[in-house]
This record gives sequence, structure tokens and C-alpha cells, in this order.
Amino acid sequence: MRNLSRREFLRLCGATGAALGLTHAIKPEILEAFAGPAGGQPPIVWLQGGSCSGCSVSLLNGVQPEIGKVLTEVISLQFHQTLMAAAGEPAMEILPAVKKQYAGQYYLVVEGSVSTGDKVMYSTLGERDGKPVSFAEWVKTMAAGAKAVIAVGTCATFGGIPAAGSNPAGSKAVSDVISGVPLINVPGCPIHPDRVLGTLVHAIKYGIPELDHLKRPTVFFGKCVHDLCGRRQMFDEGKFATRLSEPGCLYKLGCKGPMAYNDCPTRQYNNNTSWCVAANAPCIACVEPGFPDHTSPFFERMPEYGPAGTPSPQPRQGNIIGGDK
Amino acid sequence: MRKIVIDPVTRLEGHLKVEVMADNGKVVAAEAAGTMYRGFETILAGRDPRDAVYITQRICGVCPVSHATAAAFALDDAFGVQVPANGRIIRNLILGGNYLQSHIIHFYNLSLPDYAQFPAIAPFTHHYTGDYRLNKETNERLVGNYFKALEIRRKCHEMVALFGGKMPHQVAIIAGGTSMTAQKEKIDAYRKLLAEIAQFVEKEYAEDTRLLANAYSDYFQVGKGPANFLSYGVFPLNDIGRDKLIGAGVHIGGKPADLDIGKITEDAAHSWYDKTADGSPAKTATNAQYGKAGAYSWVKAPRYGGEVCEVGPLARMWISGRYTSGVSAMDRIVARTLEAALITKALAKWLDELEPGAPCEAAVEIPYTASGVGLVEAPRGALGHWITIRNHRIERYQAVVPTTWNCSPRDAGGKAGALEQALIGLPVPDADNPLAVVRAVHSFDPCLACAVHVITPGKPVSEFKL
Repeated sequence: MRNLSRREFLRLCGATGAALGLTHAIKPEILEAFAGPAGGQPPIVWLQGGSCSGCSVSLLNGVQPEIGKVLTEVISLQFHQTLMAAAGEPAMEILPAVKKQYAGQYYLVVEGSVSTGDKVMYSTLGERDGKPVSFAEWVKTMAAGAKAVIAVGTCATFGGIPAAGSNPAGSKAVSDVISGVPLINVPGCPIHPDRVLGTLVHAIKYGIPELDHLKRPTVFFGKCVHDLCGRRQMFDEGKFATRLSEPGCLYKLGCKGPMAYNDCPTRQYNNNTSWCVAANAPCIACVEPGFPDHTSPFFERMPEYGPAGTPSPQPRQGNIIGGDK
Repeated sequence: MRKIVIDPVTRLEGHLKVEVMADNGKVVAAEAAGTMYRGFETILAGRDPRDAVYITQRICGVCPVSHATAAAFALDDAFGVQVPANGRIIRNLILGGNYLQSHIIHFYNLSLPDYAQFPAIAPFTHHYTGDYRLNKETNERLVGNYFKALEIRRKCHEMVALFGGKMPHQVAIIAGGTSMTAQKEKIDAYRKLLAEIAQFVEKEYAEDTRLLANAYSDYFQVGKGPANFLSYGVFPLNDIGRDKLIGAGVHIGGKPADLDIGKITEDAAHSWYDKTADGSPAKTATNAQYGKAGAYSWVKAPRYGGEVCEVGPLARMWISGRYTSGVSAMDRIVARTLEAALITKALAKWLDELEPGAPCEAAVEIPYTASGVGLVEAPRGALGHWITIRNHRIERYQAVVPTTWNCSPRDAGGKAGALEQALIGLPVPDADNPLAVVRAVHSFDPCLACAVHVITPGKPVSEFKL
């Protein structure tokens, strides 16, 4: 197997040609990275709280290596509610066992927001002595023994939709409930499989990747959608669509590309099939901490941005909508 | 008598706890509980109505298209717009592609580990032990197809993304039609993927279902439930929308009848909501009340004319007369497979009906006040969205979803939900390994993130910061 330097690895993460996903490019690296400590594979515990499971479903859309291979040969996915064979007590015995056996070595992935405050019991998982255990408690317990925590999806990273509006369930981001352990945020609604696997590989092989002020890996979240967009030139030339299904820049129809920092336009989704603007739909900045309250109404022009030709705000990612958390 | 608690029931969407009482090796009482709550409908209050399509599909990452479709139907209804033919067909192509994804992932990746033995590596270790009876050859075939199915379901999503932009959480279904147009290269690419998926459905999925049904034929005798069915119908075949590939209707007490949505009510006697939750979904208001005496679930109890109904593929196949052999855990699995085959054939036809270049969206205008209803079938059953608009904003929104029907708790009259009824009588020879219980639960393909929700409490729009 090749032994890529970190610099080469990062170049691969960013090098997404039209027909080449990240997971394709770094296949040998993924295999190698995960063939490391802890009995051949670093254990992963994946907890789902206030989520829709969309991030898990999106993970299954990863290509090359085939996700089946990733699940069985590459990572050791000890706990994942949607995929594991175990249920009930045998399932819940796994978490303390991993915490003990792989102390300081396992990675905790959290999908979904965390119910907090007096609403902590709005999300529970399993029982102890006949009483339900809150999801928040599991996140804290498992984070305490993890090598690193990776919050995946916008609900886990910034609260997302469950924390929007009146936030009826007291939903919060993972960063609001844990401390004292390295944390990486991989937002998106849903997450992109490349971004999760690429982040995991980097964490395992080279350590925590370079993060922006929102703890997002800059390799995936360092550039503005508006700058990478195939319709950027139409914006600069003042060619705007007046309805979604006709050609032209979608800025006046609500596109929040100038607010959003990620590589969707080049990486695309579903094995490079398409992405939002390619399907004539506005970017809704689903990777940003203001999603959805500050990135909606989705079909209304964003107020913060100037006329055609205005350069994108640079270089501080995400700052224009949510600011520091 | 022994109490068996399964928390969590895994391999389904969301958080479900099932508690059964076993006596003499059989289930004699059952409770199903949703254990996670987010409050989507409250979050929707005060927003631009058009945003409901994007927000409600985030209720569920497994069937986001169904929520997007229900929301779009509700908005079309409230706005009074006529969707162009291309828009209707592209919506069907997006929804149909995800139906295939959903049915395939259910059979192979969510259900099969209940019946087949997988290699003893994570995430397949620590499962219940006992009655696994596939012969070696069949077991190997099915486990192999578990991995093949992962790839096929990924391709189903690629098919959806051709018109939907991305999956999960497609972007092309909007109020008034679709943003995506009928481009020839997209049609060709969809057709190519569909051919491969159709071959898998017809050759592998159908045969694997047959093998499973033969080996576990006793599961045709258990997991019956109320044997009342309800379907809203799905996949409109013409622009008026009255004719659908799979029709609407109910089947109550052994008799078929037309659907009357006025008969739908919700009941929260045993749910963690206060009394304002009881009544017609067009009028109720629900406020969380965790710890309420007698309550045990975040799921409410929808009823049709007071009756408990099962929804999902078996209900649809039964009501449309395509499959009426029995009501059981295995019949649900068989009905789902038959439906997947039906949809693969329909998708090919709809591709032919698209007219490249023709319009796919109608202009929409948000009225000052309006109300609308959007009824559709998600892969796992009847899904309805109710919207009220005031001052051009969402005043009230409510979704009544499939798993609320199937996994409801008891109602005020003490009537147990469909799943709860289906669990009664199941064999549990070994209380530490309640395999039959998880098999029966999975036959419903529950989706708890959908089921657990709340009606907008009707707060004034001004209280919500946008």
C-alpha cells in the first residue's frame, strides 16, 4: 500500500474530478488507515439522537471501496442502531464493553441533536435498572473515553432543524454537551460520505485535521459554494433565472451559496450524480450554523449580499451568517 | 409470566422500545413506545410555506421524498395550482426511485439479520440466538445479497439524484411541480440504472423473498394485527390526480370502503402530550407533557372512525386487490416485494411519458390565508400533511405518518395499536432471545423519527424569529 504524506492525502481529498469521488481516490489510504491498532481496526461507536437517520443513509451512499467492504473489512462499527444485528440488552451491553476494552482508542460518531435541560428525557436509549437512560448521558459517557468525537450532520454539529424556531425539544449541538475531548464537526444535511470517511481517515492516520473556527475540516469546508459554482459566471454577468427551471444564476431565487462553505459544486452527491444547483434548486446553506433559521426563506433572495460581481466574503468561513458559536 | 423489554429495537429508523409479557412461551400483552421527540411541526410555524417541502423531508432520512411529496401536494392544494404533466411525472420518478431504495434496504439490511446468520464481526455480533434455520447454501446466498443490496440501493439513490439533485433530502420537488426539467441525458441515465435495479428486483429480491418465506413459513401464521387497512393512494397517473398507480381506500372489519379523511382522528390518552392533542388532525394542538400518568410513548394513536388500521405495502396491495392471501409478518414482507416489482415496471413507463423541454413547474403565489391537505403513501404507509396559512406564513402544520398508525400506543378506549396487536400470540420459547418479536416488529418497517412529532401549538407568527 502506498504511504501517502499528509500533504498528498489532503490533495487527494480535494482532487475530485467529475467521475472520481474521494473514497475512490483514497481507497488504499482508507484500507491502510483502518488496518491500524486495536485488533486490526479502530472501533467506531455511532450514536443516533435527534436525527432523521439521513446521515447514516448518506454514509451508505459512499462508493469505492463499496460500503459493504467499509463496514466489514475497513472499520469496526461496534454500535450503529440502524445497521447492527443486536437489539435490546445485547446491544446496550456493547457500549460499556467498548469503553472499557478500547479506552482512549475508539472514535465516537454522533448523528443528531442532543436534548438538554429539563427536556433531556425527550431522547432516550436503552434502560438501566428498569429506567430509561437519556441520549445526552450516553453521549457524555462515551465521549469521555473516546480518542476523538466526530459530530456528523448539521443537527449534531450546530443543532440543525431540531434546534430551530422555538426548539421544542431543547435540542443542542454535541459541542454544547461535551468537553475535554477532541471534537471535529462534519456538517451537512445530510453529511457527504466522502467528508465523513475522509475526516475519519485523517484523524486516524495523521491526527486531527486542520479545522476552521467552527471545527470543520478546512479541506472540505474551506471554500465558498458561490465561488466554486458552475453558475458563478452567470452571477457576475447578471444572468439570473426568473424561475427555478430556467437557465441562469439562482441568487435572486434564494440561493444561499454565498453563505455556504463547502465543496458541493465540485464534489457533488450520489457518486458525482448531481447537487442542488445542478437540479435547478437554490443552495440552502445546510452546512452552516444558521441553518435553517438564518438561511431561510429558502426561495427568497438573501439580504446580506451585494449586486452581481460582488466578491464572496473571504476568508472567514461561516462568519457572515452565524458568527462564532 | 415474564416481562421482556427490547430497548432499543434496532434496524429501523429512529428510537423504538417494545415491552411484552410472555406466558407459557407466548406473548400475552405488548406495548410499543417511541422514545425520541423533536417537535417538527412546532418548528415549522411562522415560516414561508414553500419551505415546508425542504423542512418536512428532514423528518426522515429514509423516506424524505414522501414527506417532500406530501408537503408539495398540501401546498399545491392550498395555492390552487395545477402541476404540469412533466412535474407530476418527475415527482413520481423521484418518489418511485426512493420506494425501491426503501424496500430493498428494508428486506436485506434491516430485516434479513433476523433470519440469516452473518459473519461474527461488528456490526453483526451480539445478536439474539436461537431459531436460525436457513440451510448453508441459502444463508450464503442471502448474506451475499445483503452486500449486493447495499450497492443496488445506492444506485436507486443515484437514479433519484438525477432528477432530485441529491439523496437523502432531494431538492427538486417544490410547490407547483419540480425545479428539474426533463432532459434527455437524465432520462437515458435513469433508464440505464433502472434496468440494472429492475433485474435485481425481479431475479434476486423476488427469489430471496421466496426462499425466506419457504424456510420461515410459520411466519405466515403469526403477527396478524387488526387486519383493518388504510391507503391514501400514490403515484398520480394523470394531471387531475384522481387515478393513481395504487389506489386509495380502507378495509375495515373485512369490508372495503372509500376513504373518508373526515373519519381520521388522533388520540393521546397514552402519549406524552396534553389533552389538546385529541381530535381531527386539521384542528388539534399538541403540547409535550413528558411523564404524564398512564402515558408511555411519544407516538400518538391515529384512528379511522375509531378503528385501529394497519398501513403499508400489505395494506396497499390488499386494498388494490393485488395481494389478499393473508395478514401476517411474512405477508408484509411478500407484499413489499410484489410492490417493488410493480413500481419498477411503472417507472419505465413514466420515463417514456416525459416530454423533454415541456414545462415542469407552475408559478405559485402564496395566499394571505389558505389551507391544504397533502395525502401520499410513503414506502411504509399512509402519510398526510395538513397545512394552514395565515399572513402568507405557516400558521399550523401537522403530519400524520405511517408509523404513527402502525406503532401507536393504546387509545382512550384501551384499543391497542396495530403493532401491539400483532405481537400478541407470538412464540417466545426463550425469553432472553425474543427473535419472533423483533421479526414481527421489522415486518412493519417502522420509522420512529416520522412517528414522533407534534402539532403546532398555534402560537402567533410574530413570536417566531425568522
